[in-house]
Amino acid sequence: MSGHDHGDDGVSRRKVLECMTWAGTGVLWTVTGGVPRSLGIIDSAQAATAAAPGMTFLQISDSHVGFDKPANPNALGTLEEAVGKINAMPTKPSFMIHTGDITHLSKAAEFDNADRIISQSKLDVHYVPGEHDFLDEEVKFYRERYGRGTKGQGWYSFDAGGVHFIGLVNVVDMKAGGLGNLGAEQLAWLEDDLRGKSKSTPIVLFAHIPLWTVYPEWGWGTEDGGRALEYVKGFGSVTVLNGHIHQVMQKVEGNVTFHTARSTAFPQPAPGAASSPGPMKVEDAKLRSMLGVASVNFKQNEQRLAIIDTPLQG
Amino acid sequence: MKTLNRRDFGVDLGLALAAAILLPATSARADDMDVHIDNFVFQPAELKIKIGTTVTWTNRDDIPHTVVSAGKFRSKTLDTDDKFSFTFTNAGDYKYFCSLHPHMTGMIKVE
Ligand SMILES: [Cu+2]
Repeated sequence: MSGHDHGDDGVSRRKVLECMTWAGTGVLWTVTGGVPRSLGIIDSAQAATAAAPGMTFLQISDSHVGFDKPANPNALGTLEEAVGKINAMPTKPSFMIHTGDITHLSKAAEFDNADRIISQSKLDVHYVPGEHDFLDEEVKFYRERYGRGTKGQGWYSFDAGGVHFIGLVNVVDMKAGGLGNLGAEQLAWLEDDLRGKSKSTPIVLFAHIPLWTVYPEWGWGTEDGGRALEYVKGFGSVTVLNGHIHQVMQKVEGNVTFHTARSTAFPQPAPGAASSPGPMKVEDAKLRSMLGVASVNFKQNEQRLAIIDTPLQG
Repeated sequence: MKTLNRRDFGVDLGLALAAAILLPATSARADDMDVHIDNFVFQPAELKIKIGTTVTWTNRDDIPHTVVSAGKFRSKTLDTDDKFSFTFTNAGDYKYFCSLHPHMTGMIKVE
């Protein structure tokens, strides 16, 4: 895994993608101002964070606690492994975001188990719900646990390290034949939340389903995601972090960088590579190379964003 | 690269047997219909039935799904092998979808 230096040349993006195709575990980003750059995959990432301390945060996603099918009979176990990786990081991240599908069936015990493991990271965790977290009859378990202080179905924003973070909910009121959905109320709130913000404020949007259209045939996109992106278009640096598709995908459009994270539970196929987006069964020996966590490092006064994917196992 | 489906033929046979024993031969249930969810697809995607028919959906995926027809019927979340039944007592076109994966859609035409 070492020897991939994404540091400071023009081909770094190509190298990042090259790494992502085979690296399995997590991402370390360094942002400031705009152009995304990766510091490297875990070993080099650790060296890089030590060398250039900035505000660092982790992304974790799609834990699916309660999932017990052949693709991974022990989703709680691999979540625990991911937390172990996090605890072993040489520099403690400032906090963590979880981009949804904490549980598989929204059962109280699943939320309890997820919480018990994730809290071992001793990090503040900012959640957004996945569709699997809203399956209980009254749709209250997620909101009672994680919804305090949020608006509507659970959206909110906060500031950290000079960056404005916005957690969005795009897993409610989905329409037949459609994609993820933010809805008018949330979009109005978002527009209002951004009003008056300096255009030089780095923005991080995070939500479960990709806000950009990844593969509509599998519902991988957000119907009104374009509206949200309109509101952030004028900002100098925008990073969009999503889960849901259980694989790393990245795209840059102007000042906006889109990035999806791996699951800690089970992989899903590349768009169109299988008859459905369902859990992908891989050899046991390969599973951990396809699960992971991501960390993002914001460095003040530097025009770069580093993305480092860290597999549970190389 | 293939997703896994669980098909428990033993259970299906058992249910069929139980139904055969419990129901009189003239029962309308003879016309009852099944829709399976395999690989994120409702099969058959469109079904033509007569009034009074009960349709039973079975989720054979490793991922939960729902069956929702706005204002008409709504299943609970169906985990692997879970079933949902609805009896159609009015004619009409019932478009339905999975609220978790809204690109999954189906149609029941009742005449
Ligand atoms: Cu579904």
